[in-house]
Amino acid sequence: MKRNFLAGILASVMGLSLLAGCGSGGKNTGASAETPAPTATAAAPATAAPQKTPAPLPEEDSPKTERALANEITIGIAQDFDSLDPHHMTAAGTKEVMFNVYEGLVKPSSDGELIPAVASEVSKSEDGLTYTFTLRPDVKFHNGDPVTMDDVVYSIERRRNGEDAEAKLAALDIISSLTPDADGRTLTVTLSEPSNEFLAYVMNAYIIPAEYSLLETAPVGTGPYKFVSRAAQDNLVLERFADYWGTPGKLDKVTYKILENSEGLVLGLQSGALDLVAHLAADQTRQLSIADFDIAQGSMNLVQALYLNNAEKPFDDVRVRQALCYAIDKQMVIDLAFDGYGIPLGTSMFPSFGKYYDQSLTDYYSYDPAAAKALLAEAGYPDGFDMTITVPSNYAPHVNTAEVLVELLREVGINVTVLPVDWSTWLSDVYGARQFQSTITGLTSDNMTARKLLERFGSDAGNNFTNYSNEEYDRILSEAITETDDAEQTAMYRLLERNLTENAANVYLQDMADLVAVRHGLTGLDFYPLYVLDVSTLYWA
Amino acid sequence: MKYALKRVGMLLVTMLLVSFLTFLAFQLVSGDPVRTMLGTEATEAQIAALRSELGLDRPFFVRYFDWLCGFFTGNLGTSFSYRQPVWDLISSKLEITLLLSLISFILITVTSIPLGVLSYQWVGGPMDWVRTAFNQLCMAVPPFFTGILISWFFGIALRVFTPGDFPGLHTNPAGALRYLFFAAVCLSIPRAAMTVRMMRSTVISEMNKAYVRTAISRGNDRRTVLMAHVLKNSLVSVVTFLGQTMAELVGGSVVVEQVFGIPGLGRLLVTSISHRDYPVVQTLVVILAFWVVLAGTLADLVNQYIDPRLRLGGAV
Repeated sequence: MKRNFLAGILASVMGLSLLAGCGSGGKNTGASAETPAPTATAAAPATAAPQKTPAPLPEEDSPKTERALANEITIGIAQDFDSLDPHHMTAAGTKEVMFNVYEGLVKPSSDGELIPAVASEVSKSEDGLTYTFTLRPDVKFHNGDPVTMDDVVYSIERRRNGEDAEAKLAALDIISSLTPDADGRTLTVTLSEPSNEFLAYVMNAYIIPAEYSLLETAPVGTGPYKFVSRAAQDNLVLERFADYWGTPGKLDKVTYKILENSEGLVLGLQSGALDLVAHLAADQTRQLSIADFDIAQGSMNLVQALYLNNAEKPFDDVRVRQALCYAIDKQMVIDLAFDGYGIPLGTSMFPSFGKYYDQSLTDYYSYDPAAAKALLAEAGYPDGFDMTITVPSNYAPHVNTAEVLVELLREVGINVTVLPVDWSTWLSDVYGARQFQSTITGLTSDNMTARKLLERFGSDAGNNFTNYSNEEYDRILSEAITETDDAEQTAMYRLLERNLTENAANVYLQDMADLVAVRHGLTGLDFYPLYVLDVSTLYWA
Repeated sequence: MKYALKRVGMLLVTMLLVSFLTFLAFQLVSGDPVRTMLGTEATEAQIAALRSELGLDRPFFVRYFDWLCGFFTGNLGTSFSYRQPVWDLISSKLEITLLLSLISFILITVTSIPLGVLSYQWVGGPMDWVRTAFNQLCMAVPPFFTGILISWFFGIALRVFTPGDFPGLHTNPAGALRYLFFAAVCLSIPRAAMTVRMMRSTVISEMNKAYVRTAISRGNDRRTVLMAHVLKNSLVSVVTFLGQTMAELVGGSVVVEQVFGIPGLGRLLVTSISHRDYPVVQTLVVILAFWVVLAGTLADLVNQYIDPRLRLGGAV
């Protein structure tokens, strides 16, 4: 009898889970009808919630959640932290979070400006060779100690001198001297060559306490939120820093929950475990009920492209590269693999860069398979050729893009094999050893400079993994980086963009959309032209 | 005593072999922990400096021997990607995965043995068809999918637990156990279905044996024979199978931990492999090898208890 009873329990449990399957399907289709229609606008990145205007009234009938009452939120993130030491962290996902904990002498604002942070004032000499920073008097570290000149010099030195190989930031090599004044209030930095972008580089020299050795386990910074605890592959907890020098954060506590599985993130939102998840795919946002969530749309601020190894046959021939550009319909890629969300690009620059971005290059190669075939024939490939696209397999968007490209290139006779590799292999074989034919990835500018996106195509750049080599490009680039006149420099950067497009260095695709699910009642989300999520402006309405 | 020595010896050899093969595998596959740590902005000088700092520029055998010495002296090294001692990283996750496997194992045992016997009694009837179909379904549906169904139904529709919010095992043990229970159900379904099928066919073949015919012809009813004799004889192969199950559950937890967002060893193993975090992977692999050998040994011991014919140690 007892055994029969147990059997009964098991059978009913299994039966229930089957029913659940049916229920789930029905509800999802109900919600999908409400998803905003995809529009490919090249608007500024700081636009939120397409179509659905947030009305303050309906908030009344949804009771506040436990976390809203406690003035805290939980954010779901898809990857763990690579390092909590601000000078060692390299993963974009880590910087995105630690942006709230660490600050440099200057920090980025949501409209793409560099604003004073630990320094209250910054001045630049006429010749662009000397920068003077005035330290803000009332800045405190999370451990309560005031920030002194020693800490500032130590932090910059740690990123510059290379004693700690991991912390070394090659861009700071242009510093020839750091001179604090006698009373420890101003720091004069002399450069070996003029640079308009120096502030963007010094931004990444996050200020940490001098000789502090516990950054990995007990990070201390000056940002609006301070570190409380971390459990590997589980969570990281931040708390509002009461002594913050600037506008303090509004939420008392922010918990980041790590869920590598994308289904897990969606389930976490649905179950109420999470309040906010960024970088969702369009089909994931459709699984969420609009009664509970707003979907804000920003842009990822990256250049997604089919990057070609310009040193490898047949891509060493400009006609073949141009043929690829004609053969690939960017809008079709965006429509098929991204549900229409995304901004088509024609060069290594995206709209957030404002004056640097040359919109006219987007349609330089309009979709034209006949032109592609003609160019291929001219280059000696009338019947097409075989090629491989190496993709990092953990990035679903890039894998999906590759699948669309296979079909598009087949139309012009090019037979594509997609080669998925894991991230570590991609880094060492494709990016490091440059052993590849073509690859799909998204390149960003982690210091908000246009230069970052262009510099890597200089023929002797260490990170020029596409082996692009063009004499004119190298000449303009070397002039541009030391140019102190902003207008001149901007014009040169635009020339570089044009050079990349005309020579079809790569097949530029799009700036991917960043879809963020935000629980109703949670307001204040601000998009940055940088891969960061500022939690200090978030609050429960 | 001889048996115990033999087992311990086998354990050591297995662990040694497995650790060496893992070390070798990492040597052969592409990917580089240093580049993974430093990301896309690394310069060649930085890569070289960090490589020598981590001791990765030394020859293969030197590194393996170094690791081995560390392992036997209790120094498991430091994780590359988490930058903390391997043991600190693993210990809290070990108990979660062990608990998850244990709950699954209990679920499998208490459901599949009675269900197996029950399904024998259905043989030939209409219920047999239903059972066959249901059994096939349970074996075929991947845990990934059942995991989503279970999370959705019990977590989102019924709100019995909150998917994505695993409570701390020490701060909220009851909540953690409840959470693990649902993950364990998901983990045990395919394996339980296999055990049921196996139990059923073993009972069928036992019931056809001569001793059963004799017992029945002497006037015992079928049910008594089944419970008193057949069950015990059928258990030997089922226990062996359950031993394998125990070993396999830890492997199955990789998928389930990801879907349910449980901070266990399975998830750690996957990310450590993708980060080429050798020190962590080495230790995990040795723990898994230990677990597999242990499960086999336990199954042997239980079988020897059930069936005295196996006790002489002949079947080791």
